[in-house]
Amino acid sequence: MSTTTAPQPPQPVEVVTALPDPGIPPGRRRRTWLWLAYLVLVPGALLFVAPFAWLVSASFQRIGDMFSYPPQWIPQDPSLDGYRQFLGIGQEFAGGPQAWRWFLNSAFVATSVTVLQLFFNSLAAYVFAKRQFPGRDLIFALFLITMMIPGQITLIPNYLVLKHVPLFGGNDIFGQGGSGWLDSYYGLILPGAVSAFGIFLLRQYMVSIPDELLDAARIDGASELRIYARIVLPLCRPALAATGIFTFQGAWEDFFWPLIIVSSPDKYTAPLGLALFVVENRTQWDVLMAGSVIASLPMIVVFIIFQRQFIQGIAVSGLKG
Amino acid sequence: MTTATAPATTVSRHRHGLWWRVRRNGSAYGFLAVPLLLFMVFTVFALVFAFYLTFHEWSIIEPERPFVGLQNYSDMLADESYLRSIVNTFYFTGVSVPVTMAIGLLVALLLNLPLRGRGIIRTLYFLPVVTPFVVIAIVWKWLYNGDFGLFNYYLMQTGIIESPLLFLADPDLAMPSVIAMSIWSGVGFSMVIYLAALQAVPFQLYEAARVDGATRLQQLWHVTIPQLRPTTVFLLVIGIINSFQVFTQIFIMTSGGPVERTTTVVYFIYNAAFKFYEFGYASTLAFGLFALLFVFTLVQLHLYRKGEQ
Repeated sequence: MSTTTAPQPPQPVEVVTALPDPGIPPGRRRRTWLWLAYLVLVPGALLFVAPFAWLVSASFQRIGDMFSYPPQWIPQDPSLDGYRQFLGIGQEFAGGPQAWRWFLNSAFVATSVTVLQLFFNSLAAYVFAKRQFPGRDLIFALFLITMMIPGQITLIPNYLVLKHVPLFGGNDIFGQGGSGWLDSYYGLILPGAVSAFGIFLLRQYMVSIPDELLDAARIDGASELRIYARIVLPLCRPALAATGIFTFQGAWEDFFWPLIIVSSPDKYTAPLGLALFVVENRTQWDVLMAGSVIASLPMIVVFIIFQRQFIQGIAVSGLKG
Repeated sequence: MTTATAPATTVSRHRHGLWWRVRRNGSAYGFLAVPLLLFMVFTVFALVFAFYLTFHEWSIIEPERPFVGLQNYSDMLADESYLRSIVNTFYFTGVSVPVTMAIGLLVALLLNLPLRGRGIIRTLYFLPVVTPFVVIAIVWKWLYNGDFGLFNYYLMQTGIIESPLLFLADPDLAMPSVIAMSIWSGVGFSMVIYLAALQAVPFQLYEAARVDGATRLQQLWHVTIPQLRPTTVFLLVIGIINSFQVFTQIFIMTSGGPVERTTTVVYFIYNAAFKFYEFGYASTLAFGLFALLFVFTLVQLHLYRKGEQ
C-alpha cells in the first residue's frame, strides 16, 4: 500500500508525571537547587496570577471601590452589582440588549464551528488518509499549501463573498443590494467550518489505522459511511478531542472576524462585546470586569477538566499563540 | 490500488469490476464535497480574488473599480506609515518572541525538577493561555492606567518612580508596555512545549554526561539545549508568524497610538480595509505581509537545516 511512507501520526506526549530525575545528586546540593527553583518559580507564579486575582476581586467590588488607593485585593464591601447589571438582572445596563446575549452567541458560534469542523475535517481527513482515487494527492497538496497563507489575505474577499450571498440579508438573486451573510450567524460560522490544519492533523492520525481493519469491514459489506462512523471516528477519539478543544477555544475567543462582519449588538460575541465596551470608553468598569470573568470561565473550566488532552494537544499541534 | 495485495482483494475486484470502483470513488468524492466546497470558496477563491483586488482601486462605497496595474504595489512601497508599521512589528516581534521563549524555557527547566506542587505552578503559568485574549488586554489596560492602575500604585509605593507613568500614552513606553503584556500571556505556551520536549530528552545522555564529569550547567549547555533545538525552531517559527499578526492587544489597549508608535502591520491593514474601505490597497498590504512572513520562514528553515548538518 502506498501509505507506508506517510509521516507518522503525532505521538502522544506524556506531560509531567512521575519522571526519572535527571542528574541531581541527592543530598545538600540537591536541596539547594530545589530551593533556588522555588525561589524563582513561586514569585513568578504569583506575578502570573495577580492580574486574575485582581480581576476576580474587582468584579465583586462597587465601582467606587475599584479606584481606591491602596487597591483592595479582597473586596471590603462585596457586591454583585457588576454581575447583575451585566446579565441584565434587575437594572439593565446602558445601551443595547442584555449582555448575556453575547455569551449565548459565543456559545452557539463556538459550538457550531467545533461540531462542523470535527465533522467536515474528519470526513476529508479520512478520504485523504484511506481512500485512493484520482486527484486525491493534488487536492491534499492544495490544502497543505494554503496553510501557510496568513488570514489577513483572505479576510477581504471573504467579507465580500459573504456580503454578496444571494437572497440573504436583503440581497437579490444576484447578490446585490443588501448585506448578505454579513452580520449573521452564517457569516460567523461557515468560514470557520473547515480547517486545512485540522484536516492535516487528523489525517496524520488516521494514516496509522490499519487498512486490514477497514478492508475487513468492507468485505463484511459495511458502507463507507458506516466504516467512517463506526470504525474510523471511534479510533480517532483522542485526536478529535484535542483538535476539538482548540477549535472551541479559538472560536470562543476569536475577535478579529466578528469585529469585521458583525455590526448589530444582538449578534456580538463575548470578546467583541467586551472589547467594544472598552474601546468606546464606557465607564462602567464594574460591569466590564464581571463580563470579563464570565467570558474567561468556560475555557478555564474546560482546561481544568481536560488538562491532559489540552496540554497534549498543544504539544502535538502547536496551536494557539 | 496496487497489484500485490491479498487474494481476497483480487477476487472482490474481479467480481465487482469498474462499476464497483466508480461507486467506491463516488463515496470518496461525496465525503469530500462539502469540505472541499467550503475550502474552495473561503480559501482558494478568496486567495485568487485577493490577488485580483491588488490590481484594482476597489472601495466598497465607490461604484467605479478601475484597474490600476501595479499602482497599489508602488504605493505600498512608498507608504511611510506602512513601512513604519513594519518597523513597529519588527520591534514587537524582535523583543517579545525571544523573551517569551527564554522565560518559557527557564520556567520549563525549573518545573522539570522534582518539585512538590509542580502541577499547580504549571497551571498558574498556563492560565493566561486559556484566558480569552480580549480579557487579558482589558485587564492589562486597567493595570497600566495612569490614574488608578496597579503598576503605578506599586511602583510609587516602592519609590521606584516619583509620579505616575502613562504606560500606554507615552510614545516611548507604549510599545514596551504592549510587549510586556504579550510576553506575560505567551510564556505558558512556550513553557508547555519546552516541558514536553524536555521530558523526551533521553535519560542516558545525562548519565553519560555525568560519567564524564559534567556539572549541572555543563549538562544544560551541552545536552539539554542542543536536544531542544527542534523545539526552539518550532517556537521561533510559530512565534514570529503569530506576532507578525499582532492585532487584538493593539486594538484594545492603544488603538495604534500614541502617534502611530504601536501601529502594527495588521492593525494598519485593518484600518485601510475597514476604516477607509480601500479593499484593493489593503489586499496589497496583506500580500506584503505574506511576502515578509514567507521570506522569514524560509530563512529560518534554511538556518535550521544548515545548523543540523
